[in-house]
Amino acid sequence: MSSRALAFLVPAIVILAFWLMSRWEARQGHDPTHKSFFERNGTVLGIAFVGLVAFWTLFLVTLPYLYMVVESFHPRLPPAKRGGPEDIATIAQYTSFFVNPTDGAWNTTHMYAFVYTIVVSAAVTFINLCICYPLAYYMAQSGTTQKVRLLMLGLIVPYWVNEILRAFSIRLLLASKGLINQGLMGIGITDAPIDFLGNNTGMWVGLSYANLLIMIFPLYNAIESLDKNQIEAARDLGAPWWKIHRDVVIPYAKPGIASGCTMVFMLAAGSLAAPLFLGGPRTLWFTSIVYDFFFQAFNWPRGSAYAFILLAACIAFVMFMLRLFKVKLGEAIR
Amino acid sequence: MSAGVELDGVTVRFGNFTAVNNANLNIKGGEFFSFLGPSGCGKTTILRTVSGFLDPSAGHVRIGGQDMAGIGPNKRPTALIFQNLALFPLMSVADNITYGLRVRGLSRADRDKRATELLELIALPGQGQKLVSELSGGQKQRVAIARALAVEPQVLLLDEPLSALDLKLRQHMRNELRAIQQRVGITFIYITHDQGEALTMSDRIAVMSDGVIEQVADGKSVYDSPETAFVASFVGENNPFPGKVASASGDSAIIETPFGKLRGLNPKKLKAGDNAILFVRPESLKLGKGPDGSTFATPVLNAAFEGNMTHVFMKGAGKKNITVTVGRHGGTAIPASGENGTVHYDPALGLVLPEGKMARE
Amino acid sequence: MTSGTVMKGMLGFYIFLFFLYLFGPLMVMGVTAFNTPSYPQAVPFESFTLDWFVKLWNHRAMMEGLVNSIIIGLGVVVLSVPIGLAASIIMNQIYHRARSLFYLVTISPLLTPGVIIGISTVIFWKDAFGLTEFTKDTFYKGIILSILGQSSFVAAYCLLIIMARLTRFDRAQEEAALDLGATYPQVFWHILLPFLKPALFSAGVIAFLSSFENYNTTTFAILADKTLVTVLAGEVRQGTTPALSALAVIIIGLSLAGAVIYEVLKRREEAAASAMKERARLAERGELELA
Repeated sequence: MSSRALAFLVPAIVILAFWLMSRWEARQGHDPTHKSFFERNGTVLGIAFVGLVAFWTLFLVTLPYLYMVVESFHPRLPPAKRGGPEDIATIAQYTSFFVNPTDGAWNTTHMYAFVYTIVVSAAVTFINLCICYPLAYYMAQSGTTQKVRLLMLGLIVPYWVNEILRAFSIRLLLASKGLINQGLMGIGITDAPIDFLGNNTGMWVGLSYANLLIMIFPLYNAIESLDKNQIEAARDLGAPWWKIHRDVVIPYAKPGIASGCTMVFMLAAGSLAAPLFLGGPRTLWFTSIVYDFFFQAFNWPRGSAYAFILLAACIAFVMFMLRLFKVKLGEAIR
Repeated sequence: MSAGVELDGVTVRFGNFTAVNNANLNIKGGEFFSFLGPSGCGKTTILRTVSGFLDPSAGHVRIGGQDMAGIGPNKRPTALIFQNLALFPLMSVADNITYGLRVRGLSRADRDKRATELLELIALPGQGQKLVSELSGGQKQRVAIARALAVEPQVLLLDEPLSALDLKLRQHMRNELRAIQQRVGITFIYITHDQGEALTMSDRIAVMSDGVIEQVADGKSVYDSPETAFVASFVGENNPFPGKVASASGDSAIIETPFGKLRGLNPKKLKAGDNAILFVRPESLKLGKGPDGSTFATPVLNAAFEGNMTHVFMKGAGKKNITVTVGRHGGTAIPASGENGTVHYDPALGLVLPEGKMARE
Repeated sequence: MTSGTVMKGMLGFYIFLFFLYLFGPLMVMGVTAFNTPSYPQAVPFESFTLDWFVKLWNHRAMMEGLVNSIIIGLGVVVLSVPIGLAASIIMNQIYHRARSLFYLVTISPLLTPGVIIGISTVIFWKDAFGLTEFTKDTFYKGIILSILGQSSFVAAYCLLIIMARLTRFDRAQEEAALDLGATYPQVFWHILLPFLKPALFSAGVIAFLSSFENYNTTTFAILADKTLVTVLAGEVRQGTTPALSALAVIIIGLSLAGAVIYEVLKRREEAAASAMKERARLAERGELELA
């Protein structure tokens, strides 16, 4: 199959590029300290290292992605017809995102779901940034070592409760028979329970709740390395607290902010649990649509195409954040 | 057993930067040899080339007459003591000392026996089970020496090993290092920027500057008969008087300086008209008038009393002051600041050298 | 009242709210695990029971899922930690210009939504294992695909963790060992690996836990099999039972115990380190008196 050959060709070209690059750099002049990779690690270990990393980058990362992309350019066919004359490269799966293939009308449902997913994820990202920034700042700059250690522990422990159970706990709180509705009815604010899950409040809370820690740790790490004297100096110069944050802390914490925002956005947009268990029945979440193509419609090519659209959106967001905060990828993720 | 080390036209380049330029040198077996120079002069590069961590871009390193090209650091009969010692923090003292024996496949029992002996040698008996982090700076130093000696190297290389120590301890360790070298009788190659260390311990010293070996000689010769302006200005205090050779006869020359014509020895056989620098050490200068051609006058700036001697600082030709060291019983009164002082010296203690790069203060 | 105390009070209140948000839902859920009504409720607390834990124990699918989760978790540790180690060493030694590209490739799974990793894993391995009948029967299994899919991004976590320690490695240690006659592989086993041990250990723990609680990737890669989390997801979808709360209580209990043990070990280690420092200080003083 030519598409398979294509998928294998791309990594081969990348490896060749790596190799040429190293040859070229080696020729840039004799480096007396340089030892070849196998010289520095021994043949057996060297082969083991290269083998493991090659297996990872090729078979676990690059090739699966490429296969998914290749899959998305296939028509939807029953397994028997795969590779047959009808199996030709097509962009039908991508056009179906815009135009419904059955009736030729604009595919507003999916486009709306896509935009909705992106907007909600971005909003949740921003909300989490606002919620987490003060705590991260407090922990990094004014907390005593003992206190910070305790807070850290308090942050990590709930993180090991998995996503599903955390969504479940939010659902218990917000359900019509849940504690919050009981409380609201108990003090007489409302007579009938409010449908927090149906109106998507649950989903918003769930998305924010699930990713709190993903935001707080990069922020903490970034602010922690800021010299306390800089803030003191700004305070001595009479800068009000909001100016200190705007002019000193936030510019310094940029890599952390970019990192936290990138990760939270990616996890929110790719989230399955929160929309599934906390969203209303009519909520159209793009990731859930992808999921359904695989498990309900068994339309893998179209699911792949949609997954690729989601991936492209995430990459675009990452690039946008890096550009916005003027940081390099290597600074944002470590 | 000890082996000599020979550098034959060794050049080491990093990209466009030449760290060592055409070093030729013959270090004899059993010698305590020092490389002395300011930081960045290439002395560490030479050491790393000898130990095999760097390949020379040109030239050969021979140890015991054998060419070391293509022989890795783990196959050379050298042992290196690192500037930060590089002891293994996760191993006990005994395991550190016998690591070289472990990789040579000695049994645990043999290693333990050797560890006990070496711990005796470095005066840390019974401390083998301690961790490195429990030791004092001097103890770590001795463990590093024992670790290097355990593999019975023919050449021991030391990269400023005393620089991390307390001043008082450093003096003490100098004697100890010299004693150890005499006891084990192997070649020591010692890297330092501290001339006191080099002068007190070494049989011979190579003075380096900007990748070039300026002079190789014993400590007394380096101090008394420097061969270049750099060596004269780097080793010990010295007063330079730059000028032009007016006339040369026999083994002395007269040089035209801003302070008039001054005489000195002319070991480099400079000819009239050559650019030159006359060097006279502060302890060779004397206050008061002497014969013409070795007397000059210049204003006194200030004097620093140091107990056994007094440094008198006088206005020099350039930015650098002239220093005159007057002994406790020099006899001559020191002129007050601002007054003109007359200074003379024995022409046999003045040295006319070709103009060249000077050590930075 | 000064503005300082107002600020302090507000800060305290904010931290209180933050942790209420973080722990509140979990605590409410925890209470429901011990309450008798079959709809998980915290208030009114009717009477104390441990029945839900028994129900959980007897939940066959969940127990099977748990076994699978542990197998997958261990598999991910065995695969990802060596990969992370190898990648960090290569990252450290690779040519400058190639490094950023290598970094991008290795880090990209962290920037990819989990569902996409799951989907692409299934599509690729279905094709790769489908080449022969034998590989299809032996390897095209949910557990194996989950290990492969999760390792794709877990290895990146391991890389970052191990890399952080590797950059603090003193190259002089390596050179010292070489100089004493060690071969390069001996340097790796005797010097580098012991140095990296703490990082390898934390990478292993993180790898196991990330695998254990993963849903997005696993839900695709697990195929017809199940893990604890996918069973849980099915249960939550169908309805709610306090047995799930009971499970959460157990998980929270275990992580609290883990956290406490970690803290105790860390304190003990710190105490040992400071005792050692004190001894070194005394030795130093003794030596100066002698010199």
